[in-house]
Amino acid sequence: MDLEFTKEQKILKSSARDFLKKECPSSVMREMKEDEKGYPEALWAKMADLGWLGVMVPEAYDGIGGNFMDLAIILEAMGEVCCPGPFFSTVVLGGLAILDAGSEEQKKLLLPKLANGDLILTLALSEPGAWYGTSVINVQAVADKDEYVINGTKLFVENAHIADYILCAARTDKGGSPDEGITLFLVDGKSKGITCTVLDTLAYDKQCEVVFDNVRVPADNIIGENGKAFSVLENLQEKAAVGKCAEMVGCIQTAFDMTVAYAKDRKQFGRPIGSFQAIQHHCANMVIDVDGARFITYQAAWKIAEGLPTSMEASMAKAWTSDASRRVTFLGHQIHGAISFCEEHDMHLYYRKAKAAEVAFGDGDYHLEKVAQQLGL
Amino acid sequence: MDFGFTKEQEAFRLEVREYIKTEMPQKWETLGYTVWEETDESWAITQEWNRKLGAKGWLALTWPEEYGGLGRSPVDQLILDEEMAAAGTPTGVETMITIGWVCPTIMLFGTDEQKKKYLPPAARGELTFCLGYSEPDAGSDLAAVSTAAVEDGDTFVVNGQKVWTSIAHRADYCWLAARTDPDAPKHKGVSMFVVDMKSPGITVRPLINILGFHSFNEVFFDNVIIPKESLVGEKNNGWYQLAIALDFERSGVGGPARMKQVIDGLVQYCKETKRNGTPLWKDKGVQQELARLAVDAEVLRLLCYRITWLQINKKTPNYEASVTKVFGSELLDRLSNVGMRILGPYSQLDRGSKWAQLHGGITRSYLNSPSMGIGGGTSEIQRSIIAMRGLGLPRK
Repeated sequence: MDLEFTKEQKILKSSARDFLKKECPSSVMREMKEDEKGYPEALWAKMADLGWLGVMVPEAYDGIGGNFMDLAIILEAMGEVCCPGPFFSTVVLGGLAILDAGSEEQKKLLLPKLANGDLILTLALSEPGAWYGTSVINVQAVADKDEYVINGTKLFVENAHIADYILCAARTDKGGSPDEGITLFLVDGKSKGITCTVLDTLAYDKQCEVVFDNVRVPADNIIGENGKAFSVLENLQEKAAVGKCAEMVGCIQTAFDMTVAYAKDRKQFGRPIGSFQAIQHHCANMVIDVDGARFITYQAAWKIAEGLPTSMEASMAKAWTSDASRRVTFLGHQIHGAISFCEEHDMHLYYRKAKAAEVAFGDGDYHLEKVAQQLGL
Repeated sequence: MDFGFTKEQEAFRLEVREYIKTEMPQKWETLGYTVWEETDESWAITQEWNRKLGAKGWLALTWPEEYGGLGRSPVDQLILDEEMAAAGTPTGVETMITIGWVCPTIMLFGTDEQKKKYLPPAARGELTFCLGYSEPDAGSDLAAVSTAAVEDGDTFVVNGQKVWTSIAHRADYCWLAARTDPDAPKHKGVSMFVVDMKSPGITVRPLINILGFHSFNEVFFDNVIIPKESLVGEKNNGWYQLAIALDFERSGVGGPARMKQVIDGLVQYCKETKRNGTPLWKDKGVQQELARLAVDAEVLRLLCYRITWLQINKKTPNYEASVTKVFGSELLDRLSNVGMRILGPYSQLDRGSKWAQLHGGITRSYLNSPSMGIGGGTSEIQRSIIAMRGLGLPRK
């Protein structure tokens, strides 16, 4: 048992924080709100130089061969500054799917590009009418000689408008159960028949509606086995949920730090508001939420890194951290008072980010249901 | 970062499990006794169990061998605590007070003679302390104690009253906080003493708690003469020692381990029980409540592991212990509440009724529930400690 980072992990953490503090202050998130692409290309290139994009990519494919804990450390640092951009969709969603289920050829073709910053990826999973999870897939992919023809609409697809490839989960077979007959396709983002509409979202991220209208994909572009994508997607969702938790840990740590600093500084009734018990006890409650989120997230990340079964721990982490993040950022506003309700104040960026992360890959209630199942209920 | 255990640690866990399986007192198990029971019978069973553990060196596992421990690591202690709590082995507050708080403080501040006198018998399970802390006018404001210890030649003369003194009627010694300098600022005039409970002038008057148990007491000191060697550590430095002692709590990892068992018990109950013809487990509300408790218990477990981890690294827990105290006690309250709601009308029945469910344990837990956020420092005090000591928020 060692609840501290290793020396290497500590270095990664502090260098990631230093880098992002300098290169990606909160002003970047504001600027990217209006930006068409949604991320600064120079920042992306620097992340590639640092090896972040290939953090999980083995050295044989030009990556740095790190593990999930390294990835979590980077995500946490990004969460601290609400770093915008396609890192999550590319490295976590696209990258891990290819790493886990891609063929050798696909890996050789895509992973070096991914590590070098020449590739933007995303995952098209959610659909209208679906909620959370991976089993409601109605987008159709029909075989036609050496190709498949995809039709249907996907929602909340991050960065689809700039993605080189969209990993699209489509139904190739009715299947005996909803879990069967789902196939994952690597779809060129510029394919004919794809229409991307960027949605105006709460946290200013670039989530899209993606309409597939007779989009033709070579049969070679199937990732993993035909009709067997469910388990790949479930596994990916688990990791993505923990990745989001890591982001949230960073996000709420900053919101919390800002709030405590403000409580020490702000004076009313002739004394710092942080000397009032009402404020102190709010802060103490935030400590429980933040510390709890940190450890339950690290535990899940560690399990993934060690290759251990993580379903229970991942759902526990997402359930706790989702709710904790909402509570912490709300109390952050409460303690700041009216000032944080101003657009120019940063607190609402964290409040927005926390909610976006909460509803990504299943909210607290969804994951509580998963926990209940695993308890035997 | 490593949340795992070594092979040796896993082996120790199995050893503990095996030991409990063969040695666990039947009566405790079949009656479904809980940690907050306090009867002649529960006391006798706990004492016997402690002596058995003491003989193995397991009662004070981490203490140096010369004081009756085995010099084992805090991680082994964590494993032992976790397994004992999960199995619900006999335990009472006296073990936590004696082994968890008082003796480690004596180890830190006591003289060699004091260590030799108190630690080995405590480690054998043959000596217990009660805590002479609270007074009628010194509850949350503990530094306001007014029980006086006045130096008189080779002795101190103690006068005053303590209250909420758990097991004062059974303990061998009282770990007493008394004022030795009435003129100093309140934090700087308190000293710590070990007082023999058989000393003339001590009167113990029972207080019956809401569970009907005689657990805590009023203790009156009327010209109680104690030898000078009763003073532990520096005179007038007691508040500092007392604060350290409060932080000495073990990881508290037994709490979440026990809660996990209760949650599992409720899960099993829901699977076996129908309500108006429908299995309880199918109720979405019940599912969510139990899942949330399981998540919270897991978070508590990790926060407790942090305490052990601090101990391994020779750091004294500070606000971290308050975090587990406040979160753990409020979680136990929620657990009791959920349990009572699941049992519905049956929640009214305690052990002894043929209709009682789960040994009436949930019912007793619910009755005990209001004490959780009060004893050992209220939740409000804990939150203030987190805010002021942990976050550095100003007092004024």
